[in-house]
Amino acid sequence: MTQHPILEIKGLHKRFADHHVLRGIDFSVAPGERVAIIGGSGSGKSTFLRCMNFMETPSEGEVWLDGTRIGTERNGRVTYPEKQLCSVRERLGMVFQQFNLFPHMTVIQNVMEGLVTVKGMPKAEARRIAEAELAKVGLSEKHDAWPGRLSGGQQQRVAIARALSMQPEVLLFDEPTSSLDPELVGEVLRVINTLAGEGRTMLLVTHELGFAYHFATKVIFLADGVFHEVGTPDEVLKNPQKPRTQDFLRRFGEFAF
Amino acid sequence: MNYTPDFSVVWANWPVLLRGLVVTIEIWLPSIAMGLAGGFLIAQARLSRRRWLSGGSLVYVELFRDTPVLIQLIWFYYAFPILVGVQLSPFAAALLGLTLNTSAYASEIFRGGIKSIHRGQMEGALAIGMSRAQAMRRVILPQVVKRMLPAFTNRTIEVAKMSSLASVISVHELMYQGRLLSSTYYRPFEILTAVAFIYLVLIYPGTFLAGRLEKHLARSS
Ligand SMILES: Nc1ncnc2c1ncn2[C@@H]1O[C@H](COP(=O)(O)OP(=O)(O)O)[C@@H](O)[C@H]1O
Ligand SMILES: [Mg+2]
Repeated sequence: MTQHPILEIKGLHKRFADHHVLRGIDFSVAPGERVAIIGGSGSGKSTFLRCMNFMETPSEGEVWLDGTRIGTERNGRVTYPEKQLCSVRERLGMVFQQFNLFPHMTVIQNVMEGLVTVKGMPKAEARRIAEAELAKVGLSEKHDAWPGRLSGGQQQRVAIARALSMQPEVLLFDEPTSSLDPELVGEVLRVINTLAGEGRTMLLVTHELGFAYHFATKVIFLADGVFHEVGTPDEVLKNPQKPRTQDFLRRFGEFAF
Repeated sequence: MNYTPDFSVVWANWPVLLRGLVVTIEIWLPSIAMGLAGGFLIAQARLSRRRWLSGGSLVYVELFRDTPVLIQLIWFYYAFPILVGVQLSPFAAALLGLTLNTSAYASEIFRGGIKSIHRGQMEGALAIGMSRAQAMRRVILPQVVKRMLPAFTNRTIEVAKMSSLASVISVHELMYQGRLLSSTYYRPFEILTAVAFIYLVLIYPGTFLAGRLEKHLARSS
């Protein structure tokens, strides 16, 4: 790909005290790419994703967004001004495993909140956009419901609409279906699939290997704090070259592509 | 018991009691309002990762929670001026003491409330580009206030009652006027009963409304 990357990571390390979770990651994402990140539990998949939008502060390394380095380096120390992080997070939407909807706001208020509070948009305009995003995730009839009254699948779709409302350039999904009852997984994956059809740039941490195979343009197997194996879905999921990857896939058992 | 109560002394002196009630309210509401605002800031300090901030605010909170309020008020009237070289009026000393006392208790309520809100709420707010301050104002605080409403109500009631202690440093509030009247007219039974009744009338509507509000909020989610 000749297009310049929307997101680029150089020499990323993350330590929690003396727990060295990410150990030197170099990576770039081109616009329109869909990256699936797989790996064992506790291998650092969430940490990696959270370093992209600075929910975690990288211990070392650089994050570049659309050609701009995030953070300011002075005397060898990098600081991250809050203003800059806010704008980075506006541009990188995130969807969490636990939805993290605001329980004291109705569905439509959840989706409008970023537009009104962060973008300073008039309420009427924010409402129009929020309605469109809710229609996209198939929840038009739930505008005035409280999040607590919705099923897990519906809550996650509201969370996706909330992320979409900010018109992010990249979407980060951290195991969006892992806390859902099996019968609710499909409705969320269908929404994510629709977004893929729109050519959006997305990073998805998932254990749904079958979905990852169809969804992704690139698959990453994360182990020992590094990108152990990277390639197309066929390369990584069907013909993994490294024993470690083969092991992981075998332990995951059969999955239908 | 062959004492014949005569409440006419209360009617005759109602303007004095009313003046006292006004002063009581003038101590009560501002010290609650300022104490809550201060308590929010102290809670931030308590939750700070900086040791000198969290440690310092802990000492502050314990000083006010583990000493009698009566001593605190007297201290701000008689001892504090020696420390700073400025004499406070009884009213100012009482207001200062009750405000700081309230801020110490309120900070613990805020702190407990903020900690009880799942970390995911802050992250959900930050992830759409909110600053920490915006997240606090739009997402965390509304949930804290709702969850902690009973505790805030109790504190408000406590402060109304504590304000009566200001009478010992001669703040001319309700309790002070009551004691003055009862020793002037030798009618402590009628006057102190009336004073207690006025406190009841002052405090009960607050308790009642808070109860209603709590039920209403519980329904809305
Ligand atoms: N905030 C944190 N503080 C300390 N350790 C953490 C923190 N977040 C994650 N970890 C540790 O980092 C490792 C990777 O975690 P995580 O990125 O959540 O893994 P995954 O998402 O792949 O399951 C785990 O061992 C986890 O315990
Ligand atoms: Mg994880």
